[in-house]
Amino acid sequence: MIARYTYPAMALHWLMALLIFIAFPLGLYAHELPFSPLKLQLISYHKWLGVTILGLLLVRIIWRLTQTPPALLATNWQRHAAHAVHGLIYALLLAIPLSGWLMSSAKGIPVVYFGLWQLPDLVSKNKELGDLFKELHEGLNTGLLALVVLHIAAALKHHLIDKDNTLRRMLPF
Amino acid sequence: MKKLFYTLCLLGLTSATYATEFTQIVPAKSSLTFGYKQMGVPMDGKFGQFTAQMRFDPAQLTTAQARIDVNLASIDTGSSEANEEVSGKLWFNTRAFPNGQFVSSSVKALGGNRYQTFGTLTLKGKAVPVSAIFTFKPDGATAIFDGTFVLKRLDYGIGEGIWTDISTVANEIQIGFHFIVNAGAVKK
Repeated sequence: MIARYTYPAMALHWLMALLIFIAFPLGLYAHELPFSPLKLQLISYHKWLGVTILGLLLVRIIWRLTQTPPALLATNWQRHAAHAVHGLIYALLLAIPLSGWLMSSAKGIPVVYFGLWQLPDLVSKNKELGDLFKELHEGLNTGLLALVVLHIAAALKHHLIDKDNTLRRMLPF
Repeated sequence: MKKLFYTLCLLGLTSATYATEFTQIVPAKSSLTFGYKQMGVPMDGKFGQFTAQMRFDPAQLTTAQARIDVNLASIDTGSSEANEEVSGKLWFNTRAFPNGQFVSSSVKALGGNRYQTFGTLTLKGKAVPVSAIFTFKPDGATAIFDGTFVLKRLDYGIGEGIWTDISTVANEIQIGFHFIVNAGAVKK
């Protein structure tokens, strides 16, 4: 009998993982494109994904606060490391969409979710601020990439080398 | 002497009230703006350089006329990337067509301080009839003209090739003008 996360927690984890794995390369790719309708479309999709991730994160935080997750199968230092990485990933999943939203506002291109619902601007248009938030958005994403690599490496290490149930806790099978 | 003084006053009053023709636009205080939707996002921008020759006297609309020339390369869409793009061949092609031009043919009163002007807008060598509704607010020797109209960019071939996709950049462009115009010489 494996002590697993709840199904909603699993669903939120894997859905967000999927969306992040789409949004991240989409942002990188769109940024490199020459100014074109395709670029404008992809950047819009990237923003919509970001808003979706932010919304799911809020649901996930609420869910997490009302549940007790299954215990970590690890030594003391690993537990501390895991908690630290999880905490940092949560912080970045909040900070990254917000920095993108701030960047959109500062660049004078408001976020309109699915082209239908306009989000309020967080700051007024300001080129310097826009460039600053762009740097911040990129920097935070580099940090997320490093943490996610660490997170996946640790999960695989537990699964393949330690052969324990760490990864299965987040899987329904 | 007294009589002459009163006559002059009366003349002055008359000209200020009824025969003032507004002709001298103040470019530094005037603006020419546009708005459009890009992926459902409301965007706006402006043209920095334009000149206007106009005559407008609300008491004599038959003589009213306007000719506005816009330096299309003076566009500011809000980002340097987009400014560069819209000056290019697929958009305004400013090298071949540096100016846009509106020439009025008539003005009609809509009641109150509202008027409508009819005319021709030429962009990129294509002349299309347009009409704009504006308000006229005189204040002594200066008047404020505020108006808007909608143009369809594809009527002028603005945004060709990949940019004809109007689901990305909308076809409808809202043009707004805010002109501060001083009174010219008083008519005899």
